[in-house]
Amino acid sequence: MERVEEERSSLAWFLTGARGIFSLPAIILMLSFVGFCSLTAQAGIPPEQVVFMTGIVWALPAKVILVSSILSGASLATAFLAVTLSSVRLMPMVAALVPELRTPKTPTWLLLVLSHFIAITAWVFAMERIQQVPRAHRATFFAGFGITLVAANMMLVAVVYRLVADFPPIIAGCLFFLTPVYFLTSIWNSARHRVVYLALVVGLVTGPLFYWLLPEFDILLAGVGGGTLAWFVERSWRSRREAGA
Amino acid sequence: MTWLEGWWAYFFIAIAGWLATDVWRWLGVLAGERLREESEALNWVRAVATALVAAVIAKLVLYPSGVLEQSPLPLRLGALGAGAAVFFFLGQKPAAGIATAIATLATGLWWLGF
Repeated sequence: MERVEEERSSLAWFLTGARGIFSLPAIILMLSFVGFCSLTAQAGIPPEQVVFMTGIVWALPAKVILVSSILSGASLATAFLAVTLSSVRLMPMVAALVPELRTPKTPTWLLLVLSHFIAITAWVFAMERIQQVPRAHRATFFAGFGITLVAANMMLVAVVYRLVADFPPIIAGCLFFLTPVYFLTSIWNSARHRVVYLALVVGLVTGPLFYWLLPEFDILLAGVGGGTLAWFVERSWRSRREAGA
Repeated sequence: MTWLEGWWAYFFIAIAGWLATDVWRWLGVLAGERLREESEALNWVRAVATALVAAVIAKLVLYPSGVLEQSPLPLRLGALGAGAAVFFFLGQKPAAGIATAIATLATGLWWLGF
């Protein structure tokens, strides 16, 4: 009897996560996917491959880099390198989320499977809401959101692909711009630690700075260097205040 | 412009797309399992993850691809600034900030004849 109750509540949490498809972040991501569709349709990439890419790569910036590498005639090794260098950020993102997602009983294989659904939108969504979910149900909640979001976008790509080939440029431009604007507001809004505000501001400055200095490794250097700087500054503020108090 | 054909396309996407991204996600799981909540190490990981995402955001605004490549930088920065101003002025309402930024950009693009 108790067992049944437990299963029902897991399903309920999965569905609560799935309902996240109607949230602002999910809607904005879907609009960004419409923008991605128009990019791939203009480049003449077959829709089946775009759907496949959406499911298997998932992270939108990685897909944009993959598509542009292939279009420029890059070899498999070159494309792999370009995509993998730009995706290093997934590691600290996942590492920051995992301690909040798991319980001591969560199996590693489940976390490995769930990690596939982490890209910026799902990460921001989870960091924002996971605290309100009871710890035992967090992995289920995230699975509900992640799986629904990926499946919905695969269907969206399949349906929308044929409609977007000749989108007015003004709409395509606005769709593209939604992504950075949305990420900024939602990271600011969901930050529960002061170091996040600082790291956001520092990263915005170090990103372009390193692009100018060392364009091959810009994101990596901006993240590790800028993030460490933000962490160090926030920590010394904290210890000074604790010493003063 | 060239594009790939047949099974080679799927193989290419799987290796250069799926493996190239999921490898980092798996490493993130293995690293994250060793981090305790509220530890200083997790605080550092949080800072690095946020700064990495911020650097991606800055690049999307400063060096966009597609249609926005031809739009003037001051317009993109102005749209972002207007959005930020409304966002903070209205007590951090995301939808208001986002709508203002997009409306500013759309108006600018239209005025420039896009």
